[in-house]
Amino acid sequence: MTTALFKRSAPTRASRFPLFNPPPVDQVAIEERVANLAKRSIKKASKVAGLKLSISMMDLTTLEGKDTEGKVLQLCRKAVRPLDSDSDLPSCAAICVYPNFVRIAKDALGASGVKVASVATAFPSGQSPLEIKLDDVRRAVEFGADEIDMVIDRGAMLSGDYGKVFDEIAATKEACGPAHLKVILETGELGSYDVVRKASDLAIAAGGDFIKTSTGKVQPAATLGVTLVMLEAIRDHFYATGTRIGMKPAGGVRTAKQALQYLVVVKETLGDPWLTPDLFRFGASALLNDVLMQLEKERTGLYQASEDFSKD
Amino acid sequence: MSDITKGAPGVPQAGTPASFALDFGKAWEYAPAPESPDHVKIAPKYELFIGGKWTAPQSKKYFDTVNPATEQKLAEVAEASAADVDAAVVAARTAFEKYWAKMPGKERAKYIFRIARAIQEKARELAIVETMDGGKPIKESRDFDIPTAAAHFFYHAGWADKLEYAFHGRKARPLGVAGQIIPWNFPFLMAAWKIAPALACGNTVVLKPAETTPLTALLLAQIIEECELPPGVVNIVTGAGATGAALVDHPGIDKIAFTGSTAVGKRIQRAVAGTKKRLTLELGGKAANIVFADAPIDQAIEGIVSGIFFNQGHVCCAGSRLLLEESVHDVVIRKLKDRMATMRLGDPLDKNTDIGAINSKAQLERIKELVASGELEGAERHSLACTIPEKGYWFPPTFFTNAGQAFRIAREEIFGPVLTIMTFRTPDEAIEKANNTMYGLSAGVWTDKGSKIFHMATQLKAGVVWGDTFNKFDPSSPFGGFKESGFGREGGRQGLGAYVEVE
Amino acid sequence: MEKKRTQVEEGAPASAASPGVKTGELAVRDVPSSTDVASARVRVNKAYKMYVGGAFVRSESGRYTQVHGNGAGADPETVNVPRGSRKDVRDAVLVAKNAADKWAARSAYNRGQILYRLAEVTESRTPELVESLVRAGSSPADAAREVAAAVDRTVFYAGFCDKISSLFSSHNPVSGPHFGFTIPNPMGVVGVVAPDAPSLLGLVSTILPIIATSNVVVATASETDPRTAIVWSECLATSDLPGGVVNILTGQAAELAPQLAKHREVMAFDGTFGPKATELRAELERLGADSVKRVKTRSNLSTGEWFDDRKGQGIAWVERYIESKTVWHPVGV
Repeated sequence: MTTALFKRSAPTRASRFPLFNPPPVDQVAIEERVANLAKRSIKKASKVAGLKLSISMMDLTTLEGKDTEGKVLQLCRKAVRPLDSDSDLPSCAAICVYPNFVRIAKDALGASGVKVASVATAFPSGQSPLEIKLDDVRRAVEFGADEIDMVIDRGAMLSGDYGKVFDEIAATKEACGPAHLKVILETGELGSYDVVRKASDLAIAAGGDFIKTSTGKVQPAATLGVTLVMLEAIRDHFYATGTRIGMKPAGGVRTAKQALQYLVVVKETLGDPWLTPDLFRFGASALLNDVLMQLEKERTGLYQASEDFSKD
Repeated sequence: MSDITKGAPGVPQAGTPASFALDFGKAWEYAPAPESPDHVKIAPKYELFIGGKWTAPQSKKYFDTVNPATEQKLAEVAEASAADVDAAVVAARTAFEKYWAKMPGKERAKYIFRIARAIQEKARELAIVETMDGGKPIKESRDFDIPTAAAHFFYHAGWADKLEYAFHGRKARPLGVAGQIIPWNFPFLMAAWKIAPALACGNTVVLKPAETTPLTALLLAQIIEECELPPGVVNIVTGAGATGAALVDHPGIDKIAFTGSTAVGKRIQRAVAGTKKRLTLELGGKAANIVFADAPIDQAIEGIVSGIFFNQGHVCCAGSRLLLEESVHDVVIRKLKDRMATMRLGDPLDKNTDIGAINSKAQLERIKELVASGELEGAERHSLACTIPEKGYWFPPTFFTNAGQAFRIAREEIFGPVLTIMTFRTPDEAIEKANNTMYGLSAGVWTDKGSKIFHMATQLKAGVVWGDTFNKFDPSSPFGGFKESGFGREGGRQGLGAYVEVE
Repeated sequence: MEKKRTQVEEGAPASAASPGVKTGELAVRDVPSSTDVASARVRVNKAYKMYVGGAFVRSESGRYTQVHGNGAGADPETVNVPRGSRKDVRDAVLVAKNAADKWAARSAYNRGQILYRLAEVTESRTPELVESLVRAGSSPADAAREVAAAVDRTVFYAGFCDKISSLFSSHNPVSGPHFGFTIPNPMGVVGVVAPDAPSLLGLVSTILPIIATSNVVVATASETDPRTAIVWSECLATSDLPGGVVNILTGQAAELAPQLAKHREVMAFDGTFGPKATELRAELERLGADSVKRVKTRSNLSTGEWFDDRKGQGIAWVERYIESKTVWHPVGV
């Protein structure tokens, strides 16, 4: 009676999941593991290298109703050259905006190498008809988005309609064309690590290039715990297929110290190949300035004031 | 589109190409992060702590204690002779009669609370010395040994004026002088495990630390001195086996508490036969850590790792036999190998070190001998490929597969970072194999199924059963073995029974 | 000749010269007079055997001990009681071991009911037990008092079976996200040397706390009155107690106890001895060390103490046979 597990699914979809049985996740052990990893002591050269790496992994994000062209352009400048006084610093990986600002951002970033990511699929709730969500995606890609950050249907996920979740992701992937797809699970709404794991497996199986924790609009957003659970899903997929899926914690990563903790978790869960912007991103805005402050402190030996850094 | 019908997406399928290998390389390395021992003062020479005074040994003999990670001498420590032990027992007896037995429990409690507090104040220093003297990683001495020791004093302090509640209304009297002999794997924590309940129950103590790790017990003596306990309530006599034997044989001792090997435990039990001495023994183990196919496998890997590699495997309750349900054997081995690849062996003072030094040359030889026997008997060995420091005693994290239930590595306590892996097919077989040992200290069970946890916990003949976790300790949680792992409990209400005569 | 309380004699059949054997009475009681030979019925004598694995068995050694009574009851003056051997001990230990898991798996309520049933059948055999104690030298009043106390003690433990776990369990408030608890577990096979006297109450008081805590027992009965232990075994045999949970051997403690103390399958040993057994007790404690056995030896209590409900029974008795097991499990979603 496996189909009974997938209520309200059409038989065609349900038949895809006869063996959908992700491993259970133990909350306490996950949190103990990340707490231990968070105690890694990252000093001196490894701190500098880690912080620079984290800049290169940032999707500098603004997703507000009050976003304007001016704001997006400021952000683009910051992404390309995070600190005017230090041209050795890497650029951020991407900026992440609403579809309305994709074109502006694309033009502003030009050949800088900084990508444009756009949220789509009726972000952040995803509560619109699939056709509208796909249209949202297609337009963002048309505007020049290199990457699409979609949201899954959490309602379907929680009601057990895994077929619907899967199909929507698969359809979105198709609509993305050449653009990379990041699948936002909105883990803060999923209620448990078990469901996070399930959603991760679905998102990967349905064609997501990245899986991403959160929209940033729901608390809790990214945590080390959900990140580890998602990295474990990525690892199991790699074991089974050899394919590397990317990971993006978003929302709640505000300090340089946190960023280094995430890098430690990635390094010790998936290893070296994931320590690159191609496979790991931070969705953040405030994080960048804190990282810059810490880097300046390491460079100059002086603790910095927040006013020393541009608040874009 | 990936085809989700090809098995559970989360679980690698049998026959997965091994070429999909994770790479834990040097893309981003951790810089050395050593805890600085600069402000820690280790005296060149330590005397015996008898009757509240630092006393030169009547033997006039001293022995060296060395840092097993560097082979450098840390200090000279007095070797207590039978005469010194006698002086300590006399001091303890005097203190018992003069102060400790007469003092109301609530006043005793305050002294013990003081000790807990002082340990917290000196935690950093104690952790560093523990790591230097014993070789364990600083993150363990800092985050586990020292805080848990403080917790033991704090917990037991509160019992001192509540003993009448502990034994169902029966009156509990202290036994008198407790002789306590502790091992080298958790030198400071074991001292706390022994001293705290003894004092709370109104006994006085003569404690002998292990000869390779005497320093933190001597620092504890300093703390006890600073806490102004009445002289002689706690006496520390350092020395080796002969000192311990003198303590066991001393007619003025009312109780012996021993933690150590089963072989020595048996000798002690024989030695106290026919006397009125009370005895508790916390001895060896060969715990089964059982992983079912329905377990949260990635978390089980962590439990396997902490089960056997915590404190270099110098843990009596280590999960040294891994029993895997056959269907997940390959997956677990693969994941375990990858997890081990991230382990960092080296300078125990480095905050990122996972595997420190083996406690002594003798222990290293024992580990090597048993590992060689495993290879000779035909088990397949996998060890972490890592750089072994030139000085000091080291052994890389290691596991054996294809081991028979009869192999020495499957039956004897190795007391090192060496795991023996076997398989089972059914829960009954897991229980049979897990119980197929004369030890019975601990066991682990990994499954997502609640009813199975309870069934296994019922059937496993072990004093501690960890379900979906491993190597967890707490002063409120009774700890101790079945069968040849010893008798008596330490911790919790149950642990008090070892230090009182109940009417 | 002063009348001895009980006479036990080794090996060979008693001769007429044996002290305490009253041949004259024997003739009067057992041989019908010539006048009523035609109508008299010849009594069927009971063969006394050890109780092992729920069955009554002779010693594999073929040895026996003659027990002479003081003339009370229906038995002949002299009965032959098996003199258990070291091999009998080993056999009984294996039988007990095989019964252990099933006994421990029974519910506490079920064990309580079985012990209550034991109380019922012991009560109903009161006359026979009294007669046996009188034969061994008790006054009829003392014997009646002892049987009554043994029945009451059985009722005490019948009602204790399902309380023990509550009394010895704990929830351990560990500092961390784990649920921890400690529960009493049985040790397994417990070897017992019962006191010589009181032969019934001492045996019952020693064995019942052991089986109430889900352990199984191999016991040696009173050397001076083994016959009463065998009569009580008949109560055990008819009480729904599964075979092998209690095994009672008759014989000499000095010979059998070391076997119990050193047998590796025996997890605990509990012996009650007379004042002269100091060396034997030390030897048993030494032997037990080879398997880290929980060895308890004690001097026999006074008769008054055995009858005292605060001394001869209670929580301290069950505490001895408990192995605490601590279980941890994470608390999470």
